[in-house]
Amino acid sequence: MTGSIQVNETPLVLYTLRRADDALVLGHRLSEWCGHAPSLEEDMALANIGLDLLGQARALYSYAAELEAAGHDEDGYAYLRDAPQYRNLLLLEQPNGDFAHTMARQFLYSAFADPYWRAMTRCADPTLAAVAAKSEKESAYHLRHSSEWMIRLGDGTEESRRRAQTAVDTLWPYTGEMFEPEDMGIDPATLRPEWARTVTDILSQATLTQPANTWMHRGGRIGRHTEHLGPMLAVMQHLQRSHPGARW
Amino acid sequence: MYTQALNITDKIRTAEDPADLARFQSRIDADDRIEPNDWMPAAYRRTLTRQISQHAHSEIVGQLPEGAWLTRAPSLRRKAALLAKVQDECGHGLYLYAAAETLGTSREALVDALLEGKAKYSSIFNYPTLTWADIGAVGWLVDGAAIMNQIPLCRCSYGPYARAMIRVCKEESFHQRQGYEIMLTLCAGTLEQKAMAQDALDRWWWPCLMMFGPPDGESQHSDQSTLWKIKRFSNDELRQKFVDATIPQAQKLGLTIPDPALVQDADGHWRYGAIDWEEFRQILAGNGPCNRERLATRRRSHEDGAWVREAAAAFAAKRAARQQAA
Amino acid sequence: MPTPDTTLWEVFIRSRNGLAHKHVGSLHAADATMALQAARDVYTRRGEGLSVWVVPSNAITASDPADKGMMFEPAESKIYRHPTFYDVPDDVGHM
Repeated sequence: MTGSIQVNETPLVLYTLRRADDALVLGHRLSEWCGHAPSLEEDMALANIGLDLLGQARALYSYAAELEAAGHDEDGYAYLRDAPQYRNLLLLEQPNGDFAHTMARQFLYSAFADPYWRAMTRCADPTLAAVAAKSEKESAYHLRHSSEWMIRLGDGTEESRRRAQTAVDTLWPYTGEMFEPEDMGIDPATLRPEWARTVTDILSQATLTQPANTWMHRGGRIGRHTEHLGPMLAVMQHLQRSHPGARW
Repeated sequence: MYTQALNITDKIRTAEDPADLARFQSRIDADDRIEPNDWMPAAYRRTLTRQISQHAHSEIVGQLPEGAWLTRAPSLRRKAALLAKVQDECGHGLYLYAAAETLGTSREALVDALLEGKAKYSSIFNYPTLTWADIGAVGWLVDGAAIMNQIPLCRCSYGPYARAMIRVCKEESFHQRQGYEIMLTLCAGTLEQKAMAQDALDRWWWPCLMMFGPPDGESQHSDQSTLWKIKRFSNDELRQKFVDATIPQAQKLGLTIPDPALVQDADGHWRYGAIDWEEFRQILAGNGPCNRERLATRRRSHEDGAWVREAAAAFAAKRAARQQAA
Repeated sequence: MPTPDTTLWEVFIRSRNGLAHKHVGSLHAADATMALQAARDVYTRRGEGLSVWVVPSNAITASDPADKGMMFEPAESKIYRHPTFYDVPDDVGHM
């Protein structure tokens, strides 16, 4: 078995990896839908969002490799780190569940990611600013698409409303983590009002009840994950791990 | 692709006016394209509906064997390429269902026929993808075989089918290269990787030859399809073309085609050994390694999505009612 | 129970500024908003478009092929509507 790489997490490397891991983990989850979506049109849409996220992850991992200058590459970060080395939000590793869970996860994250990337376009680091400029256009569409679905699921049938409400209630305790302070870069707390406005607006159009802000789970940013990330990585990484040093 | 093996032309009904039939055939003979609202023999409509929908079903079922490796793709570059490719297959299914719908049957009815086991799809997708090398082999061989059949379909007499195929062929141009690149990388890799590539070729070679359908002597129904310019080459012609194109590619990889009878004729064509048509018949009859699983998976996804489709329809009706009231 | 039909839409795309929207295909969606998003997701994956129209297929009124003679053949004999009908000496130059 190939051992995991050891990453020298300078503040900028850590900052970059957090964004990259968010994108990879969510992109991977969306790829699990391919061939199984409720309609062919939605199969295409989910794959498009997944591909956008994979692209974001790759650009950010490549930048982390450049910053770290330790001979790691995008695949090293993706395939040769164990779950405790992953820095993504817990929200994004939650299983797909039904379509309502997938859309609620996408919506709650995109409502955050979209203003986040927009703020990051003004970042002094030109590489991060460039990634943000590209990602912001992608996240704007992800937000629009997932918002439209939230509205339809919430205000659709009795069953779809029940499923959508369950999804929002289940995922809500994972939303607090998005606004945790970080050592550098954008202060996510400054984005909270915009996120809250978007969420309130869409949930109300969807005739769904916004859960109360009670206990929030945290830990993803420092590598303490839910039980769901390990199995996901075990599947994702198995070829790289079982053929040490092979090129693919 | 994926319909060649399954073409069964309907017998012409005698109830149709011979003058209409003659006019129709003369349009076909003049290489005119038939469009949805044009008069066409009922058998032409049925044959095409069946062929195009089988083609669409094959694309959709075809997402499954490759899709199984999306979560295990061994690099991010491969993962992105595979996701884009499997997504394309979904898109191709979508274009093809739309082409079939112009003949008067809704997509929903066509999909229901698949899920009820009344419609066929290509035999090839009832084989399993066991290792990563299968993703290479499927791209290289299955898509390679598909292209052989799809390019002539771009000139098919039915306009919407031909147009869908032009789009499909344009998009598919990267699929085979994607697969071959995976094979090249494996063959240049570790001994284990090369063995994986050889094993994949061993398993996929014969099923790919079967994809072109029964030998010409046995495929009794293709004459009418040829006359209607739905089919432009015979099964054996396309199979030979595929073999001739693929063998040098295998040699370049340093892999061995699993056919001891393979010899090159003086005219340059490769003669291949006997195909096990009993295996082909069994797979078409539903007894392949993955037939039941593929259909069960499609059914489950379809059923799981029902409440979502209902929600979208209910919302659309509510919104329309609100707009009317306003 | 048969799967209920979803509305069929026709998709038109402007591939470059200055060009007209051109029919590219069809898709299924429950309403116009989702149809527009689906058109983007299905038909512009390779940078094919700058603008998209979606039209419910049943909103299109088409000519009947049986009327082809009456509809289109009378135009064929009006060759004087084309510039090549008129003889102008070459030395007049481009006109």
